[in-house]
Amino acid sequence: MKVDFTVFLIILGCALVTFIPRILPFVAIRKLKLPVAIVKWLAYIPVCLLTALIVQGAIQPIESVPALPAVNWVYIIITIPTLVTALKTRSLLLTVLVGIVTAALVRLVV
Amino acid sequence: MEMDLQLAKEEHLTFKQGVRDCIPTLLGYIGIGLAAGVVGNSANLSIMEIGLLSALVYAGASQFIFCAMMAAMSPPSAIIATVFIVNLRHFLMSAALSTHFTRYSLLKNIGIGALLTDESFGVASLRTSKGLPLSDRWMNGLNVTAYLTWIASCLLGGYMGSWIGNPEAMGLDFALTSMFIALLVLQMVALPSSKLRHYLVLIAYTAVAVYVFSAFFSIYIAVLFATVLCAAIGAVTENEG
Repeated sequence: MKVDFTVFLIILGCALVTFIPRILPFVAIRKLKLPVAIVKWLAYIPVCLLTALIVQGAIQPIESVPALPAVNWVYIIITIPTLVTALKTRSLLLTVLVGIVTAALVRLVV
Repeated sequence: MEMDLQLAKEEHLTFKQGVRDCIPTLLGYIGIGLAAGVVGNSANLSIMEIGLLSALVYAGASQFIFCAMMAAMSPPSAIIATVFIVNLRHFLMSAALSTHFTRYSLLKNIGIGALLTDESFGVASLRTSKGLPLSDRWMNGLNVTAYLTWIASCLLGGYMGSWIGNPEAMGLDFALTSMFIALLVLQMVALPSSKLRHYLVLIAYTAVAVYVFSAFFSIYIAVLFATVLCAAIGAVTENEG
């Protein structure tokens, strides 16, 4: 149950650098009247970010940049039944279940 | 009259409704939280340290990286810098959501921002994409439910560490991606067909952009750049389709 003091300080540092980007827009944007163009841009963030986060896993990390990254085919194979479930059921819960089970099954084989 | 209707809609947006709307996403938090706990355990963190990490940092990807870098004896400055870069995307999420909470006090805004996650952002933007309002109580219900579930799952993963073994073999790591896929699909099906094409093109651009940027930058920076760029493309090309 011990907490190492150095580990604690590193956790605090990580907490701070996570906290700031999380709250800064909430603090700053309250007082600002944003231009229409910015508001439009912000409205596209969810779809682009979700896409980017999904694609992120399909790319193998590379040792040094620049280099052409390899595609993680196992990840893409797992993605297919998950995507089909999401489209068919439109259920978060079922999609996550199918995703976890497919990932486990595919890795059993591959 | 319309104003009254708007207010009446918001009345239903209670803390309790936020809790309810969080429930479908809980499996995702539990899956990744368990995995994060297991990884913390194998990086020789104590249960207390795993608990502190999940309560204070509260971000899946960063916690995995924290554990990997601790195990590799990386210098503290490198760990903190990496976590900062990995979590910079929260800035974009907060910026996109904060426009919906400007009527609330500074303290409430900080509270909402502090507990924002990819998933709570996804669930909230699902509402805004349908033109539905958000309220502070609803957002807190969503955030606090996720937060408590996350801490409990990380602790449980830490306790069960050696039993679970490799979380990847159990597919737990895929819980997060599945959640993102479901949230993205739900956003798409809510769109009118006139907008759908525009968004699908944007999704394709974003996928290509992540790949291209990842040839030059770390994957986390690539995700940031691709999002910033493609959201701008989306805004600029909005009326052409």
